[in-house]
Amino acid sequence: MVRFEEVGLRYVTPGAGLGPEVLHDLSFTLSDGVFRWLLGPSGAGKTSLLRLMYVATRPTRGRLTLLGADVATMSRRRLPGLRRRIGVVFQDFRLLSHLSAFDNVALPLRIAGRPEGQVRADVGEMLRWVGLAKKNQARPQELSGGEQQRVAIARAVVVRPSLLLADEPTGNLDEVQAERLMQLFKEMNRLGTTVVVASHNDALVSRHPAPALRLAAGRLVSAE
Amino acid sequence: MASRRPLRPAGFDELGLRRALADRMLPFLVAAMAFLAALALAGWVAAASLAQGWEAGAGASLTVQVPHPADSAEPSGTRLDRVLGRLREMPGIASAHALSDAELTKLLQPWLGSAPSTSALPLPGVIAVRLADPALPLDPVAAQVQEVAPGSLVEDDSVWARRLAVLGRSLQACAAAALLVVAAVAAAVIAVATRGGLMARREAIEIVHGLGATDGYIAARFAARATLLAASGGVFGGVLALPVLLALARLAAPFATTSAPPQAGVLDALPVALWLLLPGLPLAAATIGFCTAQGTVRRWLRRLP
Repeated sequence: MVRFEEVGLRYVTPGAGLGPEVLHDLSFTLSDGVFRWLLGPSGAGKTSLLRLMYVATRPTRGRLTLLGADVATMSRRRLPGLRRRIGVVFQDFRLLSHLSAFDNVALPLRIAGRPEGQVRADVGEMLRWVGLAKKNQARPQELSGGEQQRVAIARAVVVRPSLLLADEPTGNLDEVQAERLMQLFKEMNRLGTTVVVASHNDALVSRHPAPALRLAAGRLVSAE
Repeated sequence: MASRRPLRPAGFDELGLRRALADRMLPFLVAAMAFLAALALAGWVAAASLAQGWEAGAGASLTVQVPHPADSAEPSGTRLDRVLGRLREMPGIASAHALSDAELTKLLQPWLGSAPSTSALPLPGVIAVRLADPALPLDPVAAQVQEVAPGSLVEDDSVWARRLAVLGRSLQACAAAALLVVAAVAAAVIAVATRGGLMARREAIEIVHGLGATDGYIAARFAARATLLAASGGVFGGVLALPVLLALARLAAPFATTSAPPQAGVLDALPVALWLLLPGLPLAAATIGFCTAQGTVRRWLRRLP
């Protein structure tokens, strides 16, 4: 479950202290296994909201509960364990360019300390699922944008996360690839994962109607 | 902790540190430090053995002058005999030896010439005393000697030897300080290289951190790399220093307290203590590399949530 209660966020600028508040008084709850669009114009705070949800930053005020853990008061030492239960797909993929597709997907499992035999089996299965079994030794730069996106998705879901987040995942993809990506997200959601996808691709959203969190100027306008 | 150690394949370089912590500059700098450390270590060992030799000389000898040595007012022999007897009974005294007339004449030759006629001068009897315990307080010795032969003088010959011993210990302290400075510079060099690596791989670190890697996981990757590079630098520097140390040992051989025979092998050319300490250089370099990288990375990671 994800619960925001009166959450506000300011970023810390090194040397200048706290910056202006970018998110104001966010309150909403996502039950387990739901699918939500995260919508709003550029600069509305979609990325900041997602950053809170994948614990890249912590709320400046309010209370944030992620998968049963109170993020604001949790000790820093326990955050890595929480992050391993959250999968994230970035618009710019964030793959490690010096590692093969296989090693990129294996990374979260190895960080979690899974035995290598299980890593090989899980990564192999995941690359087959995204249709990249034959390119498992290719470096990211040898893959097309769509293929890199699929590696990023495989990496995000290989740990079977309870929460899957995507920030403009179709931004670099053509229609066909974007459609295929949505099918993958929906499949994960059917398997019980809570999925939140930030997008400003209206056509895509209208083709896949689902409840949405709408942001404007750092405030939640509607939460269906 | 061991049970939580991830079973990663050996050589899995997720942070790309093989390029970020380059394998030339760091080992070269650490090798230079290890070379200097080897020299300082040799200086420390040499100063220690010199100081030890001088300390053994210091306090080990006394001179007792007995005026009118041949007087024998009492039945128990001459004044000289009585002093000798008393000295030999005292604990802490290894030996007491009365200088013969010939030895005395030889001692005085520079001042009085060799003419036997000088014996007309009332020369005191001189007893050379070697102490078993260099720390033996001299006042009780003087009092006892005074008791059996009033007017006798006890002279401590060890003042110079003590000063030399202090000098030796100071040299040793300087060598130790040099070792500490070299270790500190090595740590600084490794810290700078590690920070460079952190900057170069910042994006990869953030990705790995975001995927749930703990500070310990990331620090361990850097520490493993820094340990390997520092240890190889330590080996390289130690090996480079060896011929220099052997050459220095050859130059210093005439002054050595325990000089090896000239035909001795390489193993005998350096003190055993140095042979035992030299393999510690790569070990020390590795330890400094490990600890510095761990500390630097963990401190840097605190900026990430």
